[in-house]
Amino acid sequence: MNVTLLNPQIDTSYQSHLGFIDCDVHPYFKSPAEFDEFLPQKWREHRASIGGRSRQGLAKASNYPRMSPGVGQRMDAWPPDGSHPGSDLPFMQLQLLDKFNVAYGLLAPLVGGSAAERNIDFGAAMATAVNDWQLARFCDPDPRLKGAVQINIEHQQAAIAEIEARAGDRRFAQVNIPPRSIEPLGRRRYWPILEACAANNFPVSLHLGGTAGHASTGGGVVSFYHDEHPSYVQSMAALVTSLVCEGVFEHLPNLKVVLVEGGFAWLPALCWRLDNTWKALKAEVPFLRQKPSEYVRQNIWVTTQPIEEPERPADMLSTLEWIGIDRVMFSTDYPHWDQDDPRFAFKVPLPEDWKRKIYHDNAMAVYGFE
Amino acid sequence: MDPSPFQPIDCDLHPAIPTTRVLLPYLDAYWREHITRRGLEADNLELSSFPANAPLNARADWRPERGPAGADIALLRQHVLDTFHTRYAILNVLNGAQILHSEDLSAALCRGINRWIAAEWLDRDPRLRASITVPIRSPELAAEEVERCAEDKRFVQVLLLSQAEMPLGRRQYWPLYRVAEKLGLPIGIHAGSAQLHPPSATGWFSYYLEDYVQQAQGFAGTLNSMLTEGVFVKFPKLKVVLIESGVTWLPAYLWRINKTWRGVRAETPWQERMPSEVIRENVRLTTQPFDAPDTVSQVKTILEEIGSDQMLLFSTDYPHWHFDGADAVPEGLPPDLIRKILVDNPLETYPRLAQSDIAQSDLA
Amino acid sequence: MSRHIVASVEEIAPGTCKVVTIKGREIGVFNVNNEFFALINRCPHQGAPLCQGAIVSRLVAPSPGDYRLERSGEMLRCPWHCWEFDIRTGQSWCDPGSVHARTYACDVEPGEALAKGPFAAETVPVEVEQKYVVVTV
Repeated sequence: MNVTLLNPQIDTSYQSHLGFIDCDVHPYFKSPAEFDEFLPQKWREHRASIGGRSRQGLAKASNYPRMSPGVGQRMDAWPPDGSHPGSDLPFMQLQLLDKFNVAYGLLAPLVGGSAAERNIDFGAAMATAVNDWQLARFCDPDPRLKGAVQINIEHQQAAIAEIEARAGDRRFAQVNIPPRSIEPLGRRRYWPILEACAANNFPVSLHLGGTAGHASTGGGVVSFYHDEHPSYVQSMAALVTSLVCEGVFEHLPNLKVVLVEGGFAWLPALCWRLDNTWKALKAEVPFLRQKPSEYVRQNIWVTTQPIEEPERPADMLSTLEWIGIDRVMFSTDYPHWDQDDPRFAFKVPLPEDWKRKIYHDNAMAVYGFE
Repeated sequence: MDPSPFQPIDCDLHPAIPTTRVLLPYLDAYWREHITRRGLEADNLELSSFPANAPLNARADWRPERGPAGADIALLRQHVLDTFHTRYAILNVLNGAQILHSEDLSAALCRGINRWIAAEWLDRDPRLRASITVPIRSPELAAEEVERCAEDKRFVQVLLLSQAEMPLGRRQYWPLYRVAEKLGLPIGIHAGSAQLHPPSATGWFSYYLEDYVQQAQGFAGTLNSMLTEGVFVKFPKLKVVLIESGVTWLPAYLWRINKTWRGVRAETPWQERMPSEVIRENVRLTTQPFDAPDTVSQVKTILEEIGSDQMLLFSTDYPHWHFDGADAVPEGLPPDLIRKILVDNPLETYPRLAQSDIAQSDLA
Repeated sequence: MSRHIVASVEEIAPGTCKVVTIKGREIGVFNVNNEFFALINRCPHQGAPLCQGAIVSRLVAPSPGDYRLERSGEMLRCPWHCWEFDIRTGQSWCDPGSVHARTYACDVEPGEALAKGPFAAETVPVEVEQKYVVVTV
């Protein structure tokens, strides 16, 4: 009888023919103390004693526990040293950047709690620390990775200062604004921050998640993660509605907004509903000089993950067309559980020029990469 | 398209209550005194979700000279029933009585509303039917009111607003669903919010336009709750009608909840069936507003993606403004679907519609 | 097709899996309560390394709130999107819906209300010969 007992080899030589731009990659820390290196002493002490405080009942855990360990990570993304998925650059290179010949990976650090922090001075300090940490741990060692400027949105002065401090630093690709803020992002109180983003040529990325203390749905506090996960779509729709209807894009026609990790199939119907409803209520928003969907087409981009799975796979093509092939950018969401593999995410063949745009050219244009 | 050749069934119209005073004759003596003592009869319990004079809520040619649109039965006959040769019309009251914090006051006023609608609307036109208005904050009191009204077969549905204090799937609501299922009454979930929570996790919008647009997302959250909490497992015969919900958001919603379910099913293991199947079986939507796309071809694709010719129910949403003239049916619907939407699906969803004809003729 | 010894019986303890590569294909060999099964290490959804997922039980509830743990250790949960597969048969436990093109008939097993999905993990025949676990590839 044959005795063939082979060791499994992980294939790292696969080269995607696309060399794509990944518009959503999540770096993590090996321990929260990693940020201390970038924090003033006062805030180190605060972090270790009172710690982060957001608008939810649990101090450290998520309101809606995830279905996989590590707060919802893919189970094969734990580095060999047992540290958190996304915290080990060499392992990230192995599993993502080198494996797929990624041209650029756009970081979305959901760490540090700067966005939701109620102590806005601590929040601002953590934002600066996380920004420095991104550079030191990820962007400088691997320049394919581009940072996202973190801010605490309720500390307007510090947020603007942080945006201006990072302006011109090409290691940062965009400003990351929490999509669940106390008020919808289109409200005028946030305009100075959006103005700073536009003035400094930073696209704004809205990466869902977190809580501002409001219920996840307009109908109240949902019970399950099974409700919470799809409620991100509702929040994204609210953001689009607010940005458009408040006239943000009239005021800042050059502002680019990227919706990250919200999926995209919901966007065409939202545009139709916006246009139809606006027809009857134009007098309420006289500053809108175009119909709402025009602003969406001019100023808003979507990333693909979690990829939509139409019952008839071919409906993906019409959905993409309705949004506009120029406005869709591929993302993996590595290393989260619901991340997408660039080879197998689309269940329908895409025309070659669509592929180039979605996997590469659109992001090049939005982010001004060379 | 003008639906009148089909003698359609209109599944959403809104009779207006100008002030609470009109309800006084229909309240128990105790509550009549309670309300007049507090001067509440002068209150207009208009819902924030539906400012009466907003152009969206009162089509210009449906506005009377005085008073709110939808308050006059003669005008309702003229504008809708006679214009469209309507077979039956289901009246849904939108009034703040449903959302009052005080459960008993809410229940008393809702009782009054149901008596009022029977006397001043249903009794005056055999084409009219109504939903049962209930106190949304108390499912127990709501269930009692449903049992009380259900004997009158002209009440064909239980009316809720889509966004209340807690998501509508929660177990606290199950006493109401138990009664509704037992009596064969659909739950009509109408657009609207008690505004106990902001419209989304990102806070309170500035404009009515934004609130109204976000209603579609509110329905998504509500339906999710009913699925994840297992309402359709516990009450498999319960029918739910989404009223004034918009239509075209549905396919993307179905794709997303199916996708989520495949991975997260284990958290709510009673969800054994694919969610889109459950929705197609148990849930219906009224057709106005349709949130129509730009082209007929897109309408066709959306309808195919909805994947069921039984889900849509015709409505005018009178006196809200979603179409002009008699163009109550959206463009681009395939001819074989139109009759289903206008007649067959409403009859199938509301078995009581035709029953009360028989009841009426028995009495004659 | 040829037969390959992948391990001695003791090497793969109950409740564990060993991944081997045979003829360029990765295969996960599972010990489920001292019975052996093998699956190709590729999730039919998006190609994830299926056999690196968690070995779990079937969580069911005939009614909301009535939680039951069944078939302990017989299910494999994809490490990515958490789809659940029956280790014995490779069948995924999600309902296929009616619109997909299917190559499998959707059978309903007697006594169980669940329809098996079309997304099956590919199984590999396994036998135990004397003290060895043998797969046929």
